[in-house]
Amino acid sequence: MLETIKEFASEFFVTGDPLILGAQVSIGLAMVAIVFILTYFKKWRWLWTEWLTSVDHKKIGIMYIICAILMLFRGGVDALLMRVQLAAPELEFLNAEHYNAIFTTHGVIMILFMAMPLMFGLFNIIVPLQLGARDVAFPFLNSFSFWMFFAGAMLFNVSFVIGGSPDAGWLSYPPLSEVSGSPGVGQDFYIWGIQISGMGSLATGINFVVTILKMRAPGMKLMKMPMFSWSVLASSVTIMFAFPILTVTLFLLFLDRYLGAHFFTVDGGGNPMMYLNLIWMWGHPEVYIVVLPAFGIFSEVVATFSKKKVFGYKSMVFALMSISFFSFFTWAHHFFTMGSGANVNAFFAVTTMIIAIPTGVKVFNWLFTMYRGKLSFPTPMMWTIAFIPCFVIGGMTGVLLSVAPADFQFHNSYFLIAHFHQVLIGGVVFGYFAGLYYWWPKMFGFKLHEGLGKWAFWLWNIGFYVCFMPQYALGLMGMTRRFNEYNFDMGWQPLNVVSTVGGFIMGLAFLFQVWQIAHSIRFLKKDTNGDNWGQGRTLEWSIPSPAPFYNFARVPHVVEQDDWWEKKERHARGEADPAEVIAADTAPLEPIHMPKNSGIPIIMSGFWFVAGFGFVWDWKWMIILGLVGVVVTMLARSFNYDDDYYVPVEEIERIEAAALKGAK
Amino acid sequence: MAKAHSHEHDHAHGHQDPEQLKQFGFWLFMVTDVILFSTLFATFVVLRGNIAGGPAGADLIEMNGIIVSTFILLTSSFTSGLALLSMNKGNKQGLILWLAVSALLGLSFIYLEVSEFVHLVHEGANIGTSAYWSAFFTLVGTHGLHVSLGIVWITSVIIQIARRGITPATKRRVNIISLYWHFLDVIWIFVFSIVYLMEVM
Repeated sequence: MLETIKEFASEFFVTGDPLILGAQVSIGLAMVAIVFILTYFKKWRWLWTEWLTSVDHKKIGIMYIICAILMLFRGGVDALLMRVQLAAPELEFLNAEHYNAIFTTHGVIMILFMAMPLMFGLFNIIVPLQLGARDVAFPFLNSFSFWMFFAGAMLFNVSFVIGGSPDAGWLSYPPLSEVSGSPGVGQDFYIWGIQISGMGSLATGINFVVTILKMRAPGMKLMKMPMFSWSVLASSVTIMFAFPILTVTLFLLFLDRYLGAHFFTVDGGGNPMMYLNLIWMWGHPEVYIVVLPAFGIFSEVVATFSKKKVFGYKSMVFALMSISFFSFFTWAHHFFTMGSGANVNAFFAVTTMIIAIPTGVKVFNWLFTMYRGKLSFPTPMMWTIAFIPCFVIGGMTGVLLSVAPADFQFHNSYFLIAHFHQVLIGGVVFGYFAGLYYWWPKMFGFKLHEGLGKWAFWLWNIGFYVCFMPQYALGLMGMTRRFNEYNFDMGWQPLNVVSTVGGFIMGLAFLFQVWQIAHSIRFLKKDTNGDNWGQGRTLEWSIPSPAPFYNFARVPHVVEQDDWWEKKERHARGEADPAEVIAADTAPLEPIHMPKNSGIPIIMSGFWFVAGFGFVWDWKWMIILGLVGVVVTMLARSFNYDDDYYVPVEEIERIEAAALKGAK
Repeated sequence: MAKAHSHEHDHAHGHQDPEQLKQFGFWLFMVTDVILFSTLFATFVVLRGNIAGGPAGADLIEMNGIIVSTFILLTSSFTSGLALLSMNKGNKQGLILWLAVSALLGLSFIYLEVSEFVHLVHEGANIGTSAYWSAFFTLVGTHGLHVSLGIVWITSVIIQIARRGITPATKRRVNIISLYWHFLDVIWIFVFSIVYLMEVM
C-alpha cells in the first residue's frame, strides 16, 4: 500500500530538482497562508459574493489584470533563468531538458497567460465606459470567459510541480510534440491548458464585437467611436476568425496523442507541415490580436497628453481594420525555409511587407498628433514616446525578415528572437503599461506614484536595449535559438553577458513597479473626480472614479468624436449644449436594469479544469465527472430565468451624491 | 424584485433588447463554428489521399445508409421550421410536438452514424488506421457531436416551454436552437458532398 502511494507520488509530482522543490514548498505555504488569512478575517463570503461570482465588467477586468501581473512575474523568472544559463559558455546551471521546459513555458505564459489577460482586463474595464454602456453585451459569458482563462492558466502552470512541464517549444511542433517525441504528460497539460483558456478567449471576442456594434450610447456613430474601442473591435474580430483554428489544431494534436490518430505523425500518412500551417494561421493573427489594442491605447494617450484630436482618425480606423484583415495572409513567413516553393514564399513575403504599410501610417499619425500639441509627459505618455522608436526598429527588422531569401539566413537565429521581443515588448508590453498607468485612476480612484513610475520606465527601457540589441548581433554571428549551451570558441560570451545584464535590469524595473503599486496603495491620494488627468477626452472620464457599478446614472447623448472634451470646451466657451444632450443629462433617473451575479461560470470552469486534468492523466472517471459537470452547469444556466434585477432610483441617487461629495 | 422577463420594458428606454442581442451573439458564434468546420474540412482535403496502404474510403463506405441519414437530417430541419411556425402562431402544443419530432429524427441520425462507425471499425478502419481515416472520423464525428449536443439542448428547451409557455425568453431559445439545427444541416450537406460523394464517385 505504502509502496504504491510512493510510486504514484514520484510519478505524479515533479521530484529531484532543488529549484522545483523550493517552488513546491513555497506554493504549499502560500496556499496555506491565503486560506488562513481568508478564514481569520472571515473574508470567504466577501470574496465569493463580491469577486468570484461577479459579472461586473470592471471587477472581472481587475481580476484579469491581477492574474496577468502574477503571470508576468512567472514568465519573467523563466526569462532570467534562461539568461543566467546563457551568460557563460558550457554553464551547467540548467540542463538541456530543464532549459527546453523553461523556454516553452516562458513563451506560452507571456503570450497566452500574460499579454492576453492584460489585454482582456483593459478591454473589460474601459470599453463599456468609453461606449457609454452599463456593461458588456453578455455579462454572464464575460465571467465565464475569465474563469475559463483562469482554469486554463492554472492547468498549464500546475504542470510545473505536477507531472512535469511541456518542453516542445511554445507552439509545440510535431513530430516532437507527438507521443513519440514527448511521452510525458507535460505536452497534455499544454494542450488542455491552452484549449480551455482558448474557449474563454473566443467567447470574449464575440462578446466585445456585439458590445461595440450594439451597445454604444445614442449618437455615437461608429466613426465617432474612441480609437481604443476601434482597436478592440479590430482585435475581437480577429479573435473570432483565428481562435477556432487554434481549437481545432490542438484538438487534432490531442487526438494524435490520445487516440493514436495520424494527423501530424510521420507514419500512417500524417503530415507534420499541416500542423505548422494551422498553428500559424492562428499564431500570426494572434500577435496582431495583442498588438492592435496597444495601438488603440497609444492613440488615446497621445491625444490626451497633446490636447489634440488624434491625427487622421479615418486613416487610423482604416489601418486597424486592414491590419486585422492582412494578418490572415502572412502566416507562412514563419517557415520560409521549409520548402513551400518560391512562388508561395514570394506571396507571403509580399503580404508581410504590405502589412507594414498601415502600421507605418499609424506611426506618422501619432507623430502628427503630437506636432504642435500642448504636450505634457506623465508616465503613460512616456511609455508612448518610448514605444515609437522601439517599435519602428522592431518593425524594420521584421521587414528584413520578410525578405524570403534573406530569411534563410535569419531563420531561428537570435536575430529573430531580438526582432519579436522588440515588437512584443516595445509594442504590446509598453502599450499595456501605458494603458495601465493611464486608466489606473479610473479603475481605483488614485494615481500611481509618478516618481517611482519614472524609475521603472527608465530601467525598463535601458534594460530592454541592453538585453536585446546584442541579440541582433549574436544572431548574425550565428547563434541560434533554443540551445542551452555554446562553446568557448564561438566568441559569443561578451554579448551574452551584456544581454543577461539587460535582462536583470528589466527584472529590477518590474520590482520598481511592484514597489510603485504598493507605495501608491499605502499613501494613496483618493481622487474620485472622474477626470483624473484633467484633460480626458472620452466618456470614461465623465463619470466618477472608480465608476459606480452601473457606470452611467443617465446614459449620455454623444454628438462629437472625443465627446467629453468637446463638451468641456463648449462649456469653457460659454456655449450651451445641443438640445438632445441637455435632454439626456437632465432626464429623471430611472431604475437601472442590471445582471445578477452568478456562481455558474466559476463552477463550470472548475469542471472544465477537472475534465482537462482527467484527460492529461487519462483518468476516465475524472474525464466523465468533468464533462458531465460541464453539461449540468450549462443546463442549470439554461433553466435559470431569474438573472437580472433593477437598481432603484433612491439607491442611484445615494451613490451619485456620495461620489459627488468625494470629488470635492 | 421586478419580474424577471419584463424585457420589453427595457426596449422602450432606447436600449438593446437583450433577447435580440443574444440572437446576434449566436450568429457570431456560428461564424466561429463555420471556421472550426472549415479547418476540419481543409485538414480532410489535405489528408484524403494518405491511406498509408490501408483501406480507402470507397472500399468501405456504404452509400445507402448515408443517403437515408441525409434525408432524415434534412427532414428534421424541415420539422424544426414547422416548430417555429407553430410558435409564431402561439401554438404551444404544436411547438412542443415538432421540436420533439426534430429531436427524434436527430436521434435516429445519430443512431445511423454510430452504426456506420461500428461497421467501419469492424471492417478494419478506425481513427488510427491512417491519416485519411483520422480526418474522416474527426470531421464526421465532430458534426455528430454537434448534433448530439443539439438533441440535449432541444430536450431542455422542450421542458422549459412545457413549464413556462411561449414567452420572449423561451421564444429566443427556440429561435436560437432552430438556427443551430439548420446550421448543422448545412454543414452536413458539405460533409455529404466532400466526404462521401467525392469519395465514391
